[in-house]
Amino acid sequence: MLEIKNLHVKLEEEDKQILKGVNLTVEAGKVHAIMGPNGSGKSTLSYVLSGKDGYEVTEGSASLLGEELLELEPEERAALGVFLAFQYPVEIPGVGNMTFLRTAVNAQRKARGEEELSATDFLKHVREKAKELKIDAEMLKRPVNVGFSGGEKKRNEILQMAMLEPKMCILDETDSGLDVDAMKLVADGVNALRDEGRGFLVITHYQRLLDHIKPDVVHIMADGRIVKTGGPELALEVENNGYADILSEVA
Amino acid sequence: MALPELKQSTTEARLASLSLPEGGCLDAARRAAVSRVQTMGLPDRRDEYWKYTRPDTLTSADAPNAAVFDSGEAPMFDTFDRIRIVFVDGVFDAEASDDLSLEGVNIERLAEIQGKDIHWAKDIYGVLEARGQTPVERPLAALNTAFATDGVVVHVTGKPSKPINLVYRHETESSDAILHHVIKVDSGAEATILENGPAASRFNKAMEIDIADNGTLHLVRAQGRDHERRAATHLFARLGTEAVFKSFTLTVNGVLTRNEAVVEFLGDDAVAHVAGACVGDGDFHHDDTVFVTHDAVNCESRQVFKKVLRNGATGVFQGKILVKEGAQKTDGYQISQSLLLDDDSQFLAKPELEIYADDVACSHGSTSGAIDEDGLFYLRSRGVPESEATDLMTLAFLAEAVEEIEDDEIAASINDRLYGWLARRR
Ligand SMILES: Nc1ncnc2c1ncn2[C@@H]1O[C@H](COP(=O)(O)OP(=O)(O)OP(=O)(O)O)[C@@H](O)[C@H]1O
Ligand SMILES: [Mg+2]
Repeated sequence: MLEIKNLHVKLEEEDKQILKGVNLTVEAGKVHAIMGPNGSGKSTLSYVLSGKDGYEVTEGSASLLGEELLELEPEERAALGVFLAFQYPVEIPGVGNMTFLRTAVNAQRKARGEEELSATDFLKHVREKAKELKIDAEMLKRPVNVGFSGGEKKRNEILQMAMLEPKMCILDETDSGLDVDAMKLVADGVNALRDEGRGFLVITHYQRLLDHIKPDVVHIMADGRIVKTGGPELALEVENNGYADILSEVA
Repeated sequence: MALPELKQSTTEARLASLSLPEGGCLDAARRAAVSRVQTMGLPDRRDEYWKYTRPDTLTSADAPNAAVFDSGEAPMFDTFDRIRIVFVDGVFDAEASDDLSLEGVNIERLAEIQGKDIHWAKDIYGVLEARGQTPVERPLAALNTAFATDGVVVHVTGKPSKPINLVYRHETESSDAILHHVIKVDSGAEATILENGPAASRFNKAMEIDIADNGTLHLVRAQGRDHERRAATHLFARLGTEAVFKSFTLTVNGVLTRNEAVVEFLGDDAVAHVAGACVGDGDFHHDDTVFVTHDAVNCESRQVFKKVLRNGATGVFQGKILVKEGAQKTDGYQISQSLLLDDDSQFLAKPELEIYADDVACSHGSTSGAIDEDGLFYLRSRGVPESEATDLMTLAFLAEAVEEIEDDEIAASINDRLYGWLARRR
């Protein structure tokens, strides 16, 4: 489903190489987790896949369902099915959360040649999903992420994901800042979307999230590369011993 | 003291180009205003208060021509139930106007009352304007008091069921209009005034507003879309105890606009909000100059001005909050922000606070910047196309000003116009 080959990325503004040859394939229906020390390039990878400015791909490629991603605009990638749950969701004062969601849902439908959702259908759908994530109606009316707590912002990301039903879900530290109950809600939200046609790339520092969202494959990223790949047991190893052993082993 | 030569000759030329209506209850006010103009002289570019805006085309004897623009849009507020008072190039159009009788308000025309010997408007006409000449001179307002040819004289005695809509049409490309309105709101009364349209090639408008204790006035205006029009407008508001004044101005296009607002709190616990949103493209210069004086206890003032500028458009904001001695518990807020859609556009701001009381909460802020890239990417990453995302962000930027309009329907109609302006530029 998602195929990343030998991806090299540097910062546009300075001569700093961040990704140094990432190879990664996420199959449809699978959950892959990426762990790795701070600054190893995990968020950069997620940004490059979703089309954020400021990065330059110097080598390699990335495709989703056979379509080259890296030449596309962010909105085109979204319409193809890429979704990034941000590590730091952005606050947008003045844009109502509901307006934002509806604009996004309909823009994607339009880009795919589907009919726009009617206001009532949309409303019904949002209310349902919001309830599952314990997001109250008041929050839907507020401007996007403005004044939301850390945990509320993360739940709002999952709400967007649930509404947009993307093919490839990239979650960047969605567990950070969540209390135990919220973590469970978020995990339930993700698990509800798990199906054969959908892939997940879950970036996290902690085993705790992976207790709820069981990964099929776990990767360790260090210094801009995937340095080790294994099963769920790899995450446990990190949890218990940190990265030192793994990093010295591959050095 | 003699005026500088150039100022003297400009002022004389302008005065000579106008004729003073004579006699009646406003005669003294008009004559006094002429002498104010003669003493002050009309503004020129050397005046500190006109540092960012060139006044020459506003003070010249003849108005520069301005093409009449057919926007193809229905007039603003067209779908509202309201009383229309139409001025075409500054001349009252009885046929296009509605019957002016409405419960809770008495509406007359300036041209009608000025022949009378006695009229209540005499106590306001030119009086608020004259007060507004200190500490900063506003000669164009005095010129207006002296030479205004018409306007409305509105006495709000109750709560009229619909808004009063002053419609300003522009039909002649050389028109030069001077209108002066007097609005008196009685204690406990409440009304909404809507103004819309380009008015004339050059428009000098003054509005004096006197709100008694507990009175409320909402003022929403939309300055017309004609690209070449020029306007210098003044708004003088005086508030009694617990009075409320809310004003919002939308400016779309216009080669030159200077909107001055002078607000004075005389009674305690009153509220005045003065807001504006403007969008300009290319040959567009828009200046909001605001002066709020707190001379009473526990009053709240807000100035919220937002400008979206592109293709070399210029925005100006000069805003002052003056808190006099004894005006304790003043809550003064002022924000002026511009969104520059390219590097050619500019925003010049001069926010000022002058405070002589110790127990006050005043804040001011002024910013100028581009669209927030992170917000834009966030929207696009959810599938919203760049142009639409930019529009959403732009409307969001303007929202704080538009939200100053209390009536949701009116606010929505303003947003529609803003959206239209953006959509035409996609
Ligand atoms: N726009 C940028 N400007 C400067 N440095 C950047 C930029 N983006 C990324 N970097 C640098 O690239 C490296 C990788 O950052 P990235 O955010 O991808 O790490 P990460 O693996 O997500 O870390 P964390 O676990 O702390 O979230 C870091 O050294 C970071 O400082
Ligand atoms: Mg990160």
